[in-house]
Amino acid sequence: MARGFDVRRQPGFVTLATICFLALYLPIILLVIYSFNAGSSIATWEGLSWRWYVSAWQNQQVQEATVRSLILATSASVIATACAVLAALATTRKGRFRGYSAVFAMINQPLMVPEIVTAVALLIFFAVIKVQTGYTGLGYLIIAHTAFCIPFAYMPIRARLQGMDLGLEQAAMDLYATPWRVFRYVTLPQLWPGVLSGAMLAFVISLDDVVITEFIKSAGQETLPTYLLGQFRRNITPEINAISTALLAISVVIVLAFYFLSRNRK
Amino acid sequence: MPDPARRETRNRWLLLTPTLVVLLFAASGPLIIVLIYSFLTPGDYGGVVWKFSLDGWFNVLFNRDFFTDQVTFADAHLSIFWRSIKLSVLTTILTFIFGFPTAYFIATRPRAKRDLWMLLIMIPFWTNLLIRTFAVMELIRNEGTINTLLMRLGIIHEPIQMLFTEFAILLGMTYVYLPLMVLPIYASMERMDFNLVEAGYDLYATRWQVLRRVILPLVKPGVIAGSILVFVPSLGAYVTPRVLGGGTDLMIGNLIELQFGQGRNWPLGAALSLTLLVIVTVALLFYVRTAGEEDSHHG
Repeated sequence: MARGFDVRRQPGFVTLATICFLALYLPIILLVIYSFNAGSSIATWEGLSWRWYVSAWQNQQVQEATVRSLILATSASVIATACAVLAALATTRKGRFRGYSAVFAMINQPLMVPEIVTAVALLIFFAVIKVQTGYTGLGYLIIAHTAFCIPFAYMPIRARLQGMDLGLEQAAMDLYATPWRVFRYVTLPQLWPGVLSGAMLAFVISLDDVVITEFIKSAGQETLPTYLLGQFRRNITPEINAISTALLAISVVIVLAFYFLSRNRK
Repeated sequence: MPDPARRETRNRWLLLTPTLVVLLFAASGPLIIVLIYSFLTPGDYGGVVWKFSLDGWFNVLFNRDFFTDQVTFADAHLSIFWRSIKLSVLTTILTFIFGFPTAYFIATRPRAKRDLWMLLIMIPFWTNLLIRTFAVMELIRNEGTINTLLMRLGIIHEPIQMLFTEFAILLGMTYVYLPLMVLPIYASMERMDFNLVEAGYDLYATRWQVLRRVILPLVKPGVIAGSILVFVPSLGAYVTPRVLGGGTDLMIGNLIELQFGQGRNWPLGAALSLTLLVIVTVALLFYVRTAGEEDSHHG
């Protein structure tokens, strides 16, 4: 059917969309480009060099913050994913139950409550515990990160469980498999893509957190984001760009992996 | 032999125990402590004294003169509330102006390509907010990309002060929260029947009328969802105003932090946090209600 114009087109929309995509990527691209600057400016190009990556790599504070960030993100995402698997099994299998709305609201609370409010709440609570017990280790950060990672781990696992065929589990039980063996050999293999997606989201969320970490960290517990936040008010060199680029690269790789993992599912 | 229904209930709560313990300890529980603290007396060097007081809540909006006992509005707080609400509303409008056409653009691409375009929106969303804010900072600094470029082209001779202004906060928040507007609008548009758009044109509607009377009503749930998703984090923003705003251009999030730092009035900080939480909850409830109505309209 020939038409005078494309009904789907709206005047100016393509322009605005182009601006939108350019605006989303231009600042990030510039940030990445200047991380390779040979000079010490973040706006005047003086040639290609690795020197800021080398200097970031050799910076002891950066090394410690990196290790801490990775330990934190790994422990928080592993614990959060384990909790989320159990919680998803409890909330999806047998329809609604008494207390379901309350449990659901609790799991999603970290998504609803502004981060600054949670940060302040944890600051107050952990201050009391620190005084009572004298413990000032990484445990506070791990449990705080685990809490806000749970909803991100829970969502893809629950989605996967909801679309799962219960017939196979039933068959295994009919063949006298114990509940553990049913879970281990029938449920878990089918659930695995959801578990992996959930763990990846949780890892990225933990790695990127700055507000809650900034409020509850004890002295000397900088993570990469809080270290960066502390540097912004100082004289900025491309070393900050280099650290940012490395952190961005980790997130982008994980997000792309997540994307292709969830695409294969369809 | 235990009753199977009871055993099932017991198993379910056993499975939920780890999650509930973590959340009670590091999410829900501490909020109750904030509520208690908001009714206590501030200690001399931060912290609290365990004596009941309504001053924390009173100080959210009012000042009492130390000598004359005269009560006045806390102008500093009111201007920060006003700035936070103003900037959050403006951020919501700006993200809509850019996000709506972008969602429309993606929804009108061939089906196979849409996922890839959405991936381009998702990648910034899942990357570090602090780093995206920092990228904006590098762009608008006095010695940053925009000013350097303009000066080299001879358009300006002095750098334009953009960083540490309200404008910078607005720009930064629009930038970091833009994907949150595109996602839900796109989700509504993808399900939209474009034959209705064509029917509109067949009945001699102009492009503007089709947009106003056909497309917007159909994607209204997505627009509301996007607006809430942008407005809520904007109102509670802490990192973006801290990095891009100047010393005086504070928002509620930074005002709360001050009470636990130099200000050292923990009960006031607790009361301010809960005020923010109440505003956000009202916005979310409004959203749930409108979304619910939409659902019942469309069956």
